[in-house]
Amino acid sequence: MIDRRDYPLIAALAAGVLAMLVLSLVWGDSPVSLPAALRDLLAGRHSVGAIIVGQLRLPRAILGIAIGAALGLSGAVMQGYLRNPLADPGLLGVSGGAALGAVLVFYTGLAGVSALLLPAGGLAGALLAVLLLLGLVGQGGTLVLLLAGAALSSFAAALTAMAMNLMPSPYAAYEVMRWVMGSLTDRTMTDVWISLPGTIAGCLLMLTTARALDALALGDEVAESMGFRLRGLRGVQTRVVMGTAVAVGSCVAVSGAIGFVGLVVPHLLRPLTGYQPARLLLPSALGGALLLLLADAAVRLLSGATEIQIGVLTALIGAPVFFHRVIAMRRSQA
Amino acid sequence: MTGLVARGVTLVLGGRTVLHEAGVAVAPGEVVGVIGPNGAGKSTLLRALAGIQRPDKGEVMLEGRELAGMTPGDRARRLSFLPQEGEPTPPMRVEDLVALGRLPHRAARDGARDRAAVDRALAETGLLDLRDRPASQLSGGERARLRLARALAVEASFLLADEPVAALDPAHALAVMASFDRLGRAGVGVAVVLHDLTLAGRFCHRLVLMRDGRVVAQGTAAEILTDATMRAVYGVTVRRVGDAIVPWSLTGGCQADEQRVS
Repeated sequence: MIDRRDYPLIAALAAGVLAMLVLSLVWGDSPVSLPAALRDLLAGRHSVGAIIVGQLRLPRAILGIAIGAALGLSGAVMQGYLRNPLADPGLLGVSGGAALGAVLVFYTGLAGVSALLLPAGGLAGALLAVLLLLGLVGQGGTLVLLLAGAALSSFAAALTAMAMNLMPSPYAAYEVMRWVMGSLTDRTMTDVWISLPGTIAGCLLMLTTARALDALALGDEVAESMGFRLRGLRGVQTRVVMGTAVAVGSCVAVSGAIGFVGLVVPHLLRPLTGYQPARLLLPSALGGALLLLLADAAVRLLSGATEIQIGVLTALIGAPVFFHRVIAMRRSQA
Repeated sequence: MTGLVARGVTLVLGGRTVLHEAGVAVAPGEVVGVIGPNGAGKSTLLRALAGIQRPDKGEVMLEGRELAGMTPGDRARRLSFLPQEGEPTPPMRVEDLVALGRLPHRAARDGARDRAAVDRALAETGLLDLRDRPASQLSGGERARLRLARALAVEASFLLADEPVAALDPAHALAVMASFDRLGRAGVGVAVVLHDLTLAGRFCHRLVLMRDGRVVAQGTAAEILTDATMRAVYGVTVRRVGDAIVPWSLTGGCQADEQRVS
C-alpha cells in the first residue's frame, strides 16, 4: 500500500498536517503559550491556557484531522472501487441519512435535552442508511450500489427538507440549516470520543481493501481471478460500503455534512501517486486532514459576526478545482 | 491427475443453462484451443475453469484438488486468467500495471522474485522499452501485449486466455500465439478461446469445439476442423490452402448464401 516512491509526498503532507495542527492550537483570540498549556493539560492543572487548548482548540484540531482524513480516504476508496474519479462518499446516501437523523433530533426538540442526542441521532441515521443500502444491494454489483445510493440520498434529502419545512420554530430551522452546512466550531472532547472510534474503525476497514482496489483497476473478472471476493459478507463491496459508512457517518454525526473533500483530494493527488488506487489511499487521508485544517483556519480568519460554515468553504474551494478540470479536459480533447 | 480438468460442468445463469455437462482437460505443457460460434459458452467455460463462476453441477479439479475447495489466493497463484478486452486501460505506468499480476504472491513479500517475474513478462511480450510509458498512451496492439504481460507475470501453472487476439493485426496475433507456444514448451498449460481457426489449427495441440453450451468434439486440428464439423457447427464452408494441417482459411460463404446462389 505504501510505495517507496510516495515517501516524499507522504512526508510533505504529514509535515503540513503537523504544522497546521500546531498552528490551530497556538492561533486564536486569546494568546496562549502552547508548551505551558500542554504541560498544565498533562499534569491535570486547570489553568486558562490548559482549558483553552484542551477544551476548545484540541478537540477542533483532532476532529479536523480525523474527519478530513476519513473523508479523503473514503473518497479515494470509493473512486477506486467504482473506477470513477467523480465518485464521492456522499453517493452512498450515508451522509444524507446522518443529516436526516440529526435533523429529526432538532425537529423533535430532543436536541435541547442533551447535547449527546444530536450526534447520536446522526450516527443512528447513518447506520440505518447503510443497513438499508446493504439490504437493497444484496448480491448486486456497482451499478446497483450506485442506484441504491442515489435513491437513498434523494429520499433522505426529501425527508430532511420536509422536516425543515414543517419545523415548528424558525430558529430551529436556522439551527438545522447551519448544522447541515457543517462546522467544527465549539466541538468538545465528548464529540471527539463519539466520533473517533467509528472513524478509526471505518478507516481501518477501508484500508483492508487496498490490494483489491489495485486488482479492480484491471476489471471485476481479473480481480476475482486474482483471489479477491467482491460480493458477499466479507467481500470487497461490503467492506468499502461499511468502512465508508461507519467512518463518514461518525464524522457527519458530529460535524454536519462537509462536502467536496472526498471528491477533490483524491482527484488532486492521483497524478502524484501514479494513478494506482492503493498508493492513493494514505496520501488522500493526509491530504484530506490537511485540507480540512486549512479550511478551518480560513473559517477562523474570514469569519466576522457570522461564522462561515466549513462545509460552505470546502465547497467554495472544491468547485473551482472542478471548473479547472473541465477546462483542462476540454483543451485536451480539442 | 496433474492438469486442469472440468467434469460434467453445468452452469445456469438467469434461468438459462449456459453450460451443459461440459468436460475438458488441460495437461501441463498443452495448448488447448476452445473454439465455437458466438454464444457457444466458450467464455463461460473459461470462467468456470478459472474459478470465477462456480458450476451448479459437476466439478473443476486443479492438480488433483477440487477448485471450489481451494483458498482464492492458492487458486490465483496457480491459475492466471486473461479476460476479453473490455475494461479501459488505467493510465498507470506499463511496468506498474504488469506488476499487479504479482498481487496473488504479495503475501510472500519477495520483492526480488516479483521484479524478476515482471521483467520476464515484459521481455516475453516485447514491452521492455515501453515499461515507463503511461499505459493509456499505448496502441491497441501494445495494450493487448500489456494485458498478456500482466497475466504472464502471475507465473501460474495454467493460463486461461479469452479471445486474446480478437482485435489484433496478423503480426501481433502471431506474436501472442507464439508466446503461448513458448509457455507450453515451458510446461504451462494454456486454454485459449479463439475465433481465428487458422491460428487455432496452427498453434494449438488440441481443439475443443463448443456449440450451445456443449462440448461437441475434442481432438487435433485435423480431426476437428473438417468440412462436416465446420458446416454443422458454424454453418460455413471451409477452403483449405496449403498442406493438410497449416494454414487453414475460412473463405467460403455461409450456408444461407450458398442456398441463395444455388
